[in-house]
Amino acid sequence: MTDAATLPAVRPPLLKVENLKTYLHLKRGVVRAVDGVDLEVAEGETLGIVGESGSGKTMTSLSMLRLLPKPSGRIVEGSITLDGTDLVKLSEAEMARDWRGQRISMVSQDPLTSLNPVYSIGDQVGAPFRYHNLAKGRGAVRKAVEAVLARVRIPSPAKRIDDYPHQFSGGMRQRVVTAMAIACSPRLLIADEPTSALDVTIQVQMMELFRELQRDSGVGIIMITHDLGVAAGICHRVAVMYAGRVVESGDVREIFRHPVHPYTRGLLNSIPHLGRKRRRLEAIAGQPPSLIDPPKGCRFAARCPQRMARCDDYPPQFEVSTGHQAACWLAEPRP
Amino acid sequence: MVDVDASYAEIARRPSQIVMRRLFGSGIPWWSLLIFSLVVVAAIGGDNITPHDPNGLDLGSAFKPPSWLEGGSIDYLLGTDNLGRDIFSRIMAGASVTLTVAIYAIVISGGIGALIGMVSGYFGGVVDTIIMRVVDIQMSIPSLALALVIATVLSPSLTTVIVVISITYWTWYARIIRGEILSLKERDYVALAKVAGCSTATIFVRHLLPNILNTLLVLASLQVGQVIIFEASLSFLGLGIQSPDVSWGLMLADARNYIGNAWWAITLPGVAIMLTCLSANLIGDWLRDTLDPKRRQL
Amino acid sequence: MLSYILRRVMHGVVSIIGASMLIFVISRMSGDPIVLLLPVDAPQSAIDAMRETMGLDRPIWMQYLIFAGKALTGDFGNSYRWQMPALNLVLDRLPATIELALSALLFSIMLAVPLGVLSAVNRGGWIDTVGKGFAMLGQAMPGFWVGLLLILVFSVHLNWLPAFGAGGVSHIILPAIALGWYPVAAQTRIIRSAMLDVLDSDYIRMGRALGAPERLLVWKYAFRNAAVPLVTVLGVYFASMLGGAFVVEVIFAWPGLGRTVVEAVFARDFPVVQAGVLFTSVLFVVSNLLVDLSYGLIDPRIRHG
Repeated sequence: MTDAATLPAVRPPLLKVENLKTYLHLKRGVVRAVDGVDLEVAEGETLGIVGESGSGKTMTSLSMLRLLPKPSGRIVEGSITLDGTDLVKLSEAEMARDWRGQRISMVSQDPLTSLNPVYSIGDQVGAPFRYHNLAKGRGAVRKAVEAVLARVRIPSPAKRIDDYPHQFSGGMRQRVVTAMAIACSPRLLIADEPTSALDVTIQVQMMELFRELQRDSGVGIIMITHDLGVAAGICHRVAVMYAGRVVESGDVREIFRHPVHPYTRGLLNSIPHLGRKRRRLEAIAGQPPSLIDPPKGCRFAARCPQRMARCDDYPPQFEVSTGHQAACWLAEPRP
Repeated sequence: MVDVDASYAEIARRPSQIVMRRLFGSGIPWWSLLIFSLVVVAAIGGDNITPHDPNGLDLGSAFKPPSWLEGGSIDYLLGTDNLGRDIFSRIMAGASVTLTVAIYAIVISGGIGALIGMVSGYFGGVVDTIIMRVVDIQMSIPSLALALVIATVLSPSLTTVIVVISITYWTWYARIIRGEILSLKERDYVALAKVAGCSTATIFVRHLLPNILNTLLVLASLQVGQVIIFEASLSFLGLGIQSPDVSWGLMLADARNYIGNAWWAITLPGVAIMLTCLSANLIGDWLRDTLDPKRRQL
Repeated sequence: MLSYILRRVMHGVVSIIGASMLIFVISRMSGDPIVLLLPVDAPQSAIDAMRETMGLDRPIWMQYLIFAGKALTGDFGNSYRWQMPALNLVLDRLPATIELALSALLFSIMLAVPLGVLSAVNRGGWIDTVGKGFAMLGQAMPGFWVGLLLILVFSVHLNWLPAFGAGGVSHIILPAIALGWYPVAAQTRIIRSAMLDVLDSDYIRMGRALGAPERLLVWKYAFRNAAVPLVTVLGVYFASMLGGAFVVEVIFAWPGLGRTVVEAVFARDFPVVQAGVLFTSVLFVVSNLLVDLSYGLIDPRIRHG
């Protein structure tokens, strides 16, 4: 891991998400899937968004790509500023032509199903070049594809370029998917549970690959995961999401050493630790609240072991230490 | 993105089903049930309730258009054919033949097919291989062609039509029931029954049959429309129902000869077929969705 | 791949042999073809002589072997009615039926593919509703009635297209629509549900996240996957066209195999019925075989499997 401390402290963020609210307008009500999220990612930085399924982490990433489920999903408030442009204000046509796949890109959840079975690797990895007119003519596209396959460390790319997905192993397919995502050298790469479908040794290789790519290109990465362990391995900073809001964020080691929010602590307790004596994993009891009619106060209160009377009011983001914030009354600075 | 988010999206995108709901009440196909009941009433009532004798000739009133057109009379609601027979009465009479054929053919082909499918699936091995090969072979002959071969052998009649359709469709049941049995066989209670020394007959009747009844009912209801069309096609060709029995297919065959003179004679019996099949199919779809959700693709 | 082809071919051969047995046995159950061939008052000696020359005195399996042996050399016997070899008659009429069936299949695909794809893309939209209504109606209307309605409208009233016989393109339009009508509904459904599955797949989402134009995504990347299930059943549909052709050819007086066989059924012209139906099955088996072999062209997983 690049030492977090060596990152220049002040630099204009590559991505700044402010007060993002993304609602799903369903028949049975409005689901506040993302309800006022603030995030920042600097160039060359990896931010982990951690949360259970349903916490809104995937909706947050889909909002950045402007690929919300149609017709129910809509960004109702907030801004997503990438390289100085507010993506929320762009038209769908602009988004598809100039942004998706070119400046902001995604590696999806399951590499095994993310490749089209009936087209060759060359065709699929070459597609982003063609969409964005970055290489013209068969020869040029082929050259570019070979180069990007080499970048993701696929052995003898020239030979494998005409192969089909089923001829690749799971780990290799994940590399191909990654190649598609970084083909046009995006500024920001969103990786949604990119390793959860792979076995552990390949997970480690993939994280290594992401790190190398980041070192070479300075791409900002958002790693979406439900697993704090994965986040610890690769991220510089993490944001923990619960019920559509960020409850705690900060430097990854800081969060691991001094978690403040009871939810974060619960998550940490449920990570199995190698080498440590077998201890019972503590799952957090209870269910997340309905996002159609969320509680007024802290959304974790119903499950919180340290619930207080004040939790009926939603806590603001308290600064715990530099860059470490938590939305919990426990973090309130004592006078 | 298998996430709660995805299932939200799933719920969001079903407006077409909502439209259907609105059309047919809360999922129950009322219109189809109504139409189908009318067909059943016409079939049961038979000649007693037809306004005219379905075969009653009256050359004086030949080619009368339906009552709502100029020259039509309220006496002949849907007009008359070239021999002055009342089309409305004939359509009602045809309902009885149509339903008779459908019920017999479905019970026979379903019964035979289900039994063979159960035997094939339960015993497996050589028996299964042979039966399934026969099914394959029969399916390699288009059903109408097979029907023609059989029709060459048997002279056309109501019974022939039923035999032909039963022979054609048993394979369909056999194949699906066999698949069902293959998975049932793996269940614990069937294995236990076997260990407990239940006879094969007991296992079939007590343990297998109740579990395939839903599937059978769904298959049968979905087949009604097909059988009706098949019967109409055979009768149209002159290889099915014969005069003086009345069949919608036969009416169309007659009407074809004077297609230029009476459009109603060629459209209305077809509309009867269409409405009956449509309502049967919708009822079948509804039964399938209600009883057997895993067969949605059928 | 070679062993796969061989296995499919073997399977096809077995099916054809089985079909020939089935057809043979059913038509022999008719009792005695002699009765049809000789006058009612023919003396017993003449009947016995005829029976011996035709081999009808032997056990049925031996009769089948004789029939099969002759059939392999192209001898299906003479048509009782036309006094010519049944095979010649069948081969003479077959091309017209294939032409009709292919046109009908083409019609149904040309209608079903856009309808199915657009229904899936605009799920719940008006085109989806129209497609569904169309499908429900389509499956409830017998092909021969559609044929009659087409004649009524386009030949009798509008006088645009000929109702009978064969000739130029104008002659094939109405019968092809009548025959291709029925499978449109099922094909639309297959394409629609396959498209829905594919559009919901990770690779399409991935394509979208990479900025693929929607049109390319739908018609190139999604459609090729969605076409696989349709192609796999094309053989079945071609066969159902062959079956349906028996009725449609009669309505439109189309000079094909179907009409010939139906006429032969009325004339109890067994050799023609046998040869005609057997050839229909052969066509069915062959078309299924070709379809099996063609998956490989669409789906590389099978090509390399």
